Amino acid sequence: MELRMAVDKRFPGFELATDFSVAGGRVGIFGVSGSGKSTLVSLLAGLSHPDQGEIVLDGEYLFSSSKRISVPPERRRIAMVFQNACLFPHLSVKGNLLYGFKRCTPGHRKIDPDTLIDVLKLEPLLQRGVNMLSGGEKQRVALGRAILANPRLLLMDEPLSALDDSHKLQIIEYLRSAGDQFGIPYLFISHSLLEIRLMTDEVLAVGGGRILGQTTPEELARQRMGRSQVGYINLIRGDLVRRLGGMQVYRWGDAELFVSTASQEETPLFELSSRDIILFKKHPEAISARNLLHCKVVDTFASGNKVGVELSVGGQRLIAEVVGEAADELAIQARADIYAVIKASSFRTLT
Amino acid sequence: MEYLTSTDFTAIRLSVKVALAATLLSLPFGIGFAYLTSFCRFRGKLLLEVLINLPLTLPPVVIGYLLLISLGTHGWLAPLFNLLGIKLIFTWKAAVLASALVGFPLLVRSIRIGMESLDPQLISASRTLGARRLDILCTVILPLSVRGICAGSSLMFARSLGEFGATIIVAGNIPGVTQTIPLAIYDYTSSPTGQGTALSLCIVSVVLSVLVLGIHETVGRKFTRRA
Repeated sequence: MELRMAVDKRFPGFELATDFSVAGGRVGIFGVSGSGKSTLVSLLAGLSHPDQGEIVLDGEYLFSSSKRISVPPERRRIAMVFQNACLFPHLSVKGNLLYGFKRCTPGHRKIDPDTLIDVLKLEPLLQRGVNMLSGGEKQRVALGRAILANPRLLLMDEPLSALDDSHKLQIIEYLRSAGDQFGIPYLFISHSLLEIRLMTDEVLAVGGGRILGQTTPEELARQRMGRSQVGYINLIRGDLVRRLGGMQVYRWGDAELFVSTASQEETPLFELSSRDIILFKKHPEAISARNLLHCKVVDTFASGNKVGVELSVGGQRLIAEVVGEAADELAIQARADIYAVIKASSFRTLT
Repeated sequence: MEYLTSTDFTAIRLSVKVALAATLLSLPFGIGFAYLTSFCRFRGKLLLEVLINLPLTLPPVVIGYLLLISLGTHGWLAPLFNLLGIKLIFTWKAAVLASALVGFPLLVRSIRIGMESLDPQLISASRTLGARRLDILCTVILPLSVRGICAGSSLMFARSLGEFGATIIVAGNIPGVTQTIPLAIYDYTSSPTGQGTALSLCIVSVVLSVLVLGIHETVGRKFTRRA
């Protein structure tokens, strides 16, 4: 997917002015509420029109004020997954799923409904009314409906924001697997950096109606570490090795992690804030924290008034953060040995 | 209270026939105007809304008179109707037209309320899924506005059953031809011996109205449960 958007759109008290090009299959748009993300999506889908500018997708003009082109949304082949699913309440799950498929020209019908129903595990829901579905099920159906329209681009406008945390990660698995299996490029819009990191390879940061930057989700997370209240979130997937008292022991690379929060999964995903990692220059004698990891410093980076420390531990990467003074005292530099201490209760279960 | 005569039964049948015909005739136009005023932006929209709602504020007699001078023998539309071989004035069809005009704002307002209560994102969703305007109207807007359509239709039917002012001007009060229940009641109340029959027809009117409103409530609840 190659997208170029150079558009202006004015509302009373707000102006969106963007000029960017992006290529790739998994692109994120990140920004806080009111930054202009949804306006951007609406312009791209054709649900509203720019005051001026151009939108070009894969070489085709979808909008051009100078060429007087404005392709209506029904002919853009850009499907959307909305924040609140937006399923048709008078249709069954099956009716919803096939709505876009029936309107897709036979030449574009590349995705088999049965395969999609299988991938998204929708078979038991097919005959149900959509009002009988949970929030997560509704979003799965909304995703299936959008994919079955066989779009050339899928827009996901904060599709997880209406779900609770436990369902978000489940749906992310579905979003990723469907994206991979059917090869539909997507634009994932979110105000959650975690979602952006899990879903995308490249991200546009939006703020005040402007594109603030174009980078990778990892780089964006590092840039925001110093300003964020939760620091940098390390995503850790461990393999359950054994249970020990009230704790679980997980293998993570060559290291073992002691985690006190329970998970039903054999290979759960945990998040760990960079602020919950304490660094020691030498091996501490005795500590109450259950995780003492011998690490090598890979790199350091500045973020706000904090210093991020990228650590290598057992073949895995971990980001810790310290204030500048501490970095000086610890003499943190690349290839230096260091000890990271993490309490078993600092891990938060995502799945 | 007295037994009804065959002319009274004819008036009852005619009332139902006129109300039904007026409702069915108005329904497609009502849906069209409700759609236009709910979803389309165009110049003169305000004027159109005022015109649609005008019969609500005008005395029905005025509407009847305007119809008479438009469709009458020397009316400005008379040449067109003569050419088509249609005679309206002082027929039951004129009663249908009068009822349709008087009840039309009620029909449009109810359907419009139904359409405007739709989540606009459903329409956006259907557009991004490849549906065009007429397709969206048939597959999303109309099915989700059924409650408003039923409410509007029953209101219009009930209003047509009771229509008097416009009907008497444009269709007259000819027993067995254009005389509906309200016109028959008017006749009986003008006669010193007709009080009992007038009361009987009033009871018929009440029963019909209760039936219509009962159907309206039942259908409304059914769709509320489904939604």
